[in-house]
Amino acid sequence: MKPPKFDYFAPDSIESALTLIAEHGDDARYLAGGQSLVPMMNFRVAAPSALIDLNGIATLRGIKVDKNSRLHIGAMTRTREIEMDSTIASANPLLHAAAPHIAHIQIRNRGTIGGSLAHADPAAEMPGIVLACNAEINSIGPAGPRSIAAGDFFEGIYSTALQDGEMITEIVFPPWPAARCWAFQEISRREGDFAMIGIAAWFDLNETGEISAASLTAIGAGDTPLRLPAAEEILSGQPPGDVLFAEAAQAAVNELDPGSDLHASAEYRREVGGVLVERALKTALQREAPGYTA
Amino acid sequence: MTEQHHLTLTVNGRAHSCDVEPRMTLADCLRERLDLTGTHLGCEHGVCGACTIIVDGAAVRSCLMFAVQAEGAEITTVEGLADGETLSVLQQAFHDNFALQCGFCTPGFLTTAETILAENPSPTRAEVQSAISGNICRCTGYVPIIDAILEAAERRRAGKK
Ligand SMILES: Cc1cc2nc3c(=O)[nH]c(=O)nc-3n(C[C@H](O)[C@H](O)[C@H](O)COP(=O)(O)OP(=O)(O)OC[C@H]3O[C@@H](n4cnc5c(N)ncnc54)[C@H](O)[C@@H]3O)c2cc1C
Ligand code: FES
Ligand code: FES
Repeated sequence: MKPPKFDYFAPDSIESALTLIAEHGDDARYLAGGQSLVPMMNFRVAAPSALIDLNGIATLRGIKVDKNSRLHIGAMTRTREIEMDSTIASANPLLHAAAPHIAHIQIRNRGTIGGSLAHADPAAEMPGIVLACNAEINSIGPAGPRSIAAGDFFEGIYSTALQDGEMITEIVFPPWPAARCWAFQEISRREGDFAMIGIAAWFDLNETGEISAASLTAIGAGDTPLRLPAAEEILSGQPPGDVLFAEAAQAAVNELDPGSDLHASAEYRREVGGVLVERALKTALQREAPGYTA
Repeated sequence: MTEQHHLTLTVNGRAHSCDVEPRMTLADCLRERLDLTGTHLGCEHGVCGACTIIVDGAAVRSCLMFAVQAEGAEITTVEGLADGETLSVLQQAFHDNFALQCGFCTPGFLTTAETILAENPSPTRAEVQSAISGNICRCTGYVPIIDAILEAAERRRAGKK
């Protein structure tokens, strides 16, 4: 189908984008990669009166690591750039590994990290990764700039803490210890489809070989990406190993409460969620072993 | 404004200009304003890949871009791949491998594969499979398409253009 009528503006600065969105009221929307918004407009599920195109705002793009080793990614940075970027490969290998799971090359060539977070699909990879990494989402809106913790950002299906007219400007990831063990695993019907369920995992080991910090996040398992605190708790303070990982997987199955849809039943998602937790933890540990590549 | 925007862009090496409403997709602009109907529209929501074109070197869905967003862009569509009557190496490989039947999906596969081969001249079979995962073909069963792309890569490496 064809999208409904709208007014189109292509500002070249954040300031003029904010002015435009304020002028055009509640029905105006930001346009990023358009890979979620335009399909919804073509279906007429969304009918914004005006689109404020962010593609011409150079300051919203870019990848850099600051002096405190935090990774900054501009909201308009494309998924494909994240997938191909060598800085990200070392500054956040989990994010780097998850990016190719997002849709197809043609979609990743346009879609942006900011757009994916603002869209907040419960099965999307980027929201899961920012939650897994305790990243911060920087934004600016009518009330000025602020920084939102990933844990406070996702409120429901397609629903976030962003207020009317508020724009994501940048995502900031905490430093990534070089020795961190990590893995990303997902199951989808076909390559590029949304995950039926996916798991992002990382843990750090202390000098005596126990897990000093652990993060387990599920996507496609609820209304938002979800941390799995009971499973994380089992890992914490223990030496890693198959028995521990199996226990954590069981805890994950117990705390997962996914829904059913045409892609998968709730039962299937819980079962596979446990399998992926175990796989992810094992893969993460292997990565720590000397000589591991890929 | 919902009023017309004046647009200038380069398609297959030729400069074009036209007036478009913001809601006109780039696919519709190519097909209806510039008469370049080689770009096909299947689903109009990003899933089938038939509308794939190359914008500033990158394969994108032309059903998910508005024409107004292509101001100043350099675009290649399937019409721009052959040199007059001479098929490109990739097109010839599609022909030789029976990589098309009805042909509806072919423009999207060709434009996608052009960008893959430009980026990676020696892809593995698995890499080709992954790279065309965003294109649907209801006829061929994909195997001949993968064969064609791999053969094109080989011929291009052997020096044919
Ligand atoms: C066929 C297909 C398959 C897909 N598969 C996957 C998949 O497997 N996994 C996945 O995660 N995604 C998938 N997607 C979605 C894709 O990743 C989108 O790119 C992404 O969800 C939205 O990013 P965008 O930049 O395209 O945003 P847009 O579509 O432009 O915008 C989405 C929403 O976010 C708002 N917005 C955009 N940028 C900002 C900003 N900076 N500040 C505030 N609000 C903003 C817009 O107003 C809009 O409401 C798929 C899409 C398609 C078409
Ligand atoms: S018509 Fe654009 S992807 Fe199907
Ligand atoms: S050749 Fe018919 S859809 Fe591909």
